[in-house]
Amino acid sequence: MSAESSFEYVTVHIGGQLFGVEVCEIREVFAPLDVTPVPRAPAEIAGLMNLRGRIVTAVDARSRLGLPPRGEEEPVMALGLEQGSELFGVLVDNVGEVMRLKSDTLEASPAHLDPKWRALLKGVHRLENELLAILDVRALITWRTPLAA
Amino acid sequence: MDELIGEFLAETSESLDVIDAELVKFEEDPTDRATLDNIFRLLHTIKGTCGFLGLTRLEAVAHAGETLLGKFRDGDLVADSAAVTLVLQSLDRIKEILAGLEQTGLEPEGEDGDLIARLEAMSEGKADPAPAAASAPEPVIEPEPEPEPAPAVEAEAPAGGGVFDEHLGRELRPGEVSLAELEAAFMNTPGPEEDEATSDSDGDAEEDSESDIAVEAAAPAVRPAAANAGPAAKPADAPAAAAAQRPASTIRVSVDVLENLMTTVSELVLARNQMHQIVRGVEDSALKTPLQRLSSVTAELQDGVMKTRMQPVGDAWKKLPRIVRDASQDLGKKIRLVQEGEDTELDRQVLELIKDPLTHMVRNSCDHGLEGPADRQAAGKAETGTIRLSAYHEGGAIIIKISDDGRGLDPAKIRAKVLEKGLATEEELAGMSEAQIQRFIFAAGFSTAAQVTNMSGRGVGMDVVRTNIEQIGGSIDLQSEVGKGTSFSIKIPLTLAIVSALIIKAGGARFAAPQLAVRELVRVGPGSSVAVETLHGAKMIRLRDRLLPVISLNQVLSQSLQDEAEMSGYVIVLEAAGRKMGLVVDDVLDTEEIVVKPLSGPLRSVSVFSGATILGDGSVIMILDPNGLAQETAMESDEVAAGPAEDAERSDRISARQRLLLVRAGGEEPKAVPVSLITRLEDFDASMIEKVDGRHVVQYRGRLLPLAHAGGMDDFQTEGRQPVLVFSEDGKSAGVAVDEILDVVEETLDLEMGSERPGTIGSAVIKGKATEVLDIAWHMERAWSGAPQRAERGGSNSILLVEADAFSRRMLAPLLAAAGYDVTVAGGLHEARDAAQMGAAYDVVVGDPAALSRLADEGYFKDIPRLGVGENAYGAPAEGFVAVMDRADRGGLIAALDKAARARAAAAAA
Repeated sequence: MSAESSFEYVTVHIGGQLFGVEVCEIREVFAPLDVTPVPRAPAEIAGLMNLRGRIVTAVDARSRLGLPPRGEEEPVMALGLEQGSELFGVLVDNVGEVMRLKSDTLEASPAHLDPKWRALLKGVHRLENELLAILDVRALITWRTPLAA
Repeated sequence: MDELIGEFLAETSESLDVIDAELVKFEEDPTDRATLDNIFRLLHTIKGTCGFLGLTRLEAVAHAGETLLGKFRDGDLVADSAAVTLVLQSLDRIKEILAGLEQTGLEPEGEDGDLIARLEAMSEGKADPAPAAASAPEPVIEPEPEPEPAPAVEAEAPAGGGVFDEHLGRELRPGEVSLAELEAAFMNTPGPEEDEATSDSDGDAEEDSESDIAVEAAAPAVRPAAANAGPAAKPADAPAAAAAQRPASTIRVSVDVLENLMTTVSELVLARNQMHQIVRGVEDSALKTPLQRLSSVTAELQDGVMKTRMQPVGDAWKKLPRIVRDASQDLGKKIRLVQEGEDTELDRQVLELIKDPLTHMVRNSCDHGLEGPADRQAAGKAETGTIRLSAYHEGGAIIIKISDDGRGLDPAKIRAKVLEKGLATEEELAGMSEAQIQRFIFAAGFSTAAQVTNMSGRGVGMDVVRTNIEQIGGSIDLQSEVGKGTSFSIKIPLTLAIVSALIIKAGGARFAAPQLAVRELVRVGPGSSVAVETLHGAKMIRLRDRLLPVISLNQVLSQSLQDEAEMSGYVIVLEAAGRKMGLVVDDVLDTEEIVVKPLSGPLRSVSVFSGATILGDGSVIMILDPNGLAQETAMESDEVAAGPAEDAERSDRISARQRLLLVRAGGEEPKAVPVSLITRLEDFDASMIEKVDGRHVVQYRGRLLPLAHAGGMDDFQTEGRQPVLVFSEDGKSAGVAVDEILDVVEETLDLEMGSERPGTIGSAVIKGKATEVLDIAWHMERAWSGAPQRAERGGSNSILLVEADAFSRRMLAPLLAAAGYDVTVAGGLHEARDAAQMGAAYDVVVGDPAALSRLADEGYFKDIPRLGVGENAYGAPAEGFVAVMDRADRGGLIAALDKAARARAAAAAA
């Protein structure tokens, strides 16, 4: 299996759906503690966290994907990633395993998928008994790309 | 001097490395302007610094190199590889000289005439020397290493000889040191190391002549000794001597290291807090005492690390007095440098970045700003010019001002230069104000100095300054008046800096308010004499007989308009954006030194926060932005608070002190108007005032503003400027023209006599003189009667507002609707596209410039006038746009819209 034809993914669950995130995008996985909400921020931003002295902007993947919000008692984990000098934490329900998948099972997102999802997915892997949606975490933490200029 | 040279060496070697790399890049692509500009700037800086340190050899080489680069930049010469080689050679020469300087603290002797001659020949465009030069490198470079080590060795031995170089040179070269002197030196100096020390302390404490001899004697003494001991001893001694001379009290540490250190300390604090929690649950733990100790050590460590990042701004000014002194001698001017606020603390990183810009600006002031003594006397000024440097905190930012009382910037000269350099066209300039023209000095490649002097005037100075300051997110502005002087102010945002903050609580969450903006704290609610009162939805408190508008932080943050039954807690009186306001919070907890951390991209548009910070206990809290909050009150109070507040003031004005504007109108005696009633003071060009239907009007912010003159109908100025007081009531505005605005006084307005005369409500004693008080309502009536409120527009106009930010949408839509437009709101590109596909037609599209451009690119609404609205969008290119406005500039926005609508109506008619 050559490196060109396969990817390594971390699997995560968000609102019951299985997603994959490329391992190389993730700086670390941590349990978010004490998220400080930011009033008047976009709704998808859960707040700010302190990760060893650095401020991390927590982005709620559920809200970003238009899924119902997480309940009080439901578990939550964060994928830490760095964009320029800014740190982001993507809040997911749980983090599963690391999977190596060949690129030949990757397909483009289906055309009839919700445009919101299409914008946030890199494609879909056909696993044996379920689908693994590949999350574009960069897009997930980027706001108003066309407007940001 | 030693310290200066040390700094210069460190800086320059960094710059040279960059130039090397950039030059190579430039050789590959000689059309790359950015690279060339960068090289030019770096070399310019090196040259400038050399000049001030008296390093003549370096300066000469750098100057010749820069002249050649200047020709490339102006396009007079095409940079071929021979030319680049030559520039690289001059860099090598600079490095050699620097190496010598590092070892001895003095420029090594040598001759650079050949190199300079070739550089000059090249820059004069003589093609033939170039091939000669190309073949020359070998012969020229080769002899260099030979003379180079020689002076280096010579210079090494007499390390510490310093100024008395000539003496030493003469005495050393023949090697004729008398035996007696040597002997004496040996008697006094038992070993080489103590010898170094004694001669040094001699130099400091005793007369120069004596230390001179001691050094002279000691230095040669080392040599024979070393020769006896063996060749290895000599090189070892020389660095030791150099090390002994370097002051050991400071070291250079990279900011990254400090940053890491700080992060680590924060982690330590967290770990300590966790331990505290564990121990708290255990009775009688053996850990208690050691933990207490750990706790205090951690706190000290945290404190210390915080301090390492801060430096007084005076550190960046250290070089300046010397620079100004040298400049005044070189230029034959008398210059005094005044420094104020040098204790203002700045983040180290910011300090590093503003050092160069400050140096440039002070140099510019010396060279261009201030006149010579004769000119100054002729202009009736003191012979000695003053450059004033000041630094202070303002509204959470650090302001550094550099002002001089020199000749000021002449807009006419700048205009000519701008045209000459092709930076703008005649038409563009015609539409610019003087201040805008003066700002051209920040443009790249601009210089007004008629001749290129050693000090400045190559046209990179202010460009470098602006670039450096903008790099750290700051801004620079200038104010200049011909004959009076020029004042530059640099504003550096508080990001990066540590500030003292008030930790407050509202709605269950904690927030930090920068203490710089906090004026006072007032307790409100039950148990306090102060209560929050409401007038038609606007909240205010009575503070020392004045009404202070207040807003509830809870409401601002939750954006709810629901009124709380009773407000209790504290009012924090903030001053920002030139106005005072109160912020109602639930509780005030603490003050803490906080490190401001910038917000990530998606949060930067939240105007009420300027950043976030991590508190000592590890929790993250938001930092309130007083300016953003002030805008919040501005919005609320403009709509509801203005009228009632005036009424309230009017009702108690019999006893309260008031600010009164004194004007002259129809007659010599002053007349008074309460400042609180005036919306704005304007100064119109008399030619702008038109007479319509027997009434005076002026075009103002896209509307016609009816005018009445306080003195009488025919008192309007016919030429020059016409001062006008603008009043607003119930959304209508009117202007009252006066002859002259005299003064603002604070007086108790006590109407002593009523008046039968229309236009005045009575007289009062102000500044000891009976003064008529104008009846503004009467004048406004007079201005309004029959005058049109709005310029006529053909039909109703519809607008599509494309704005992804919900907050901005909420702000803009009512504003546009109030101006009489039919507004359709689109929350994003999708909605806008949908609207277009459904066949909706609009007269004007308003919104985020990037979004509108994108829509136009996709073919939507591309024939409709586009008006960009963004944050700080003034500088943005307005290609394809009617205008790009700042969101906060409501008047301008409406004016631009009206213009766009008129243009469209005209186009439709044609």
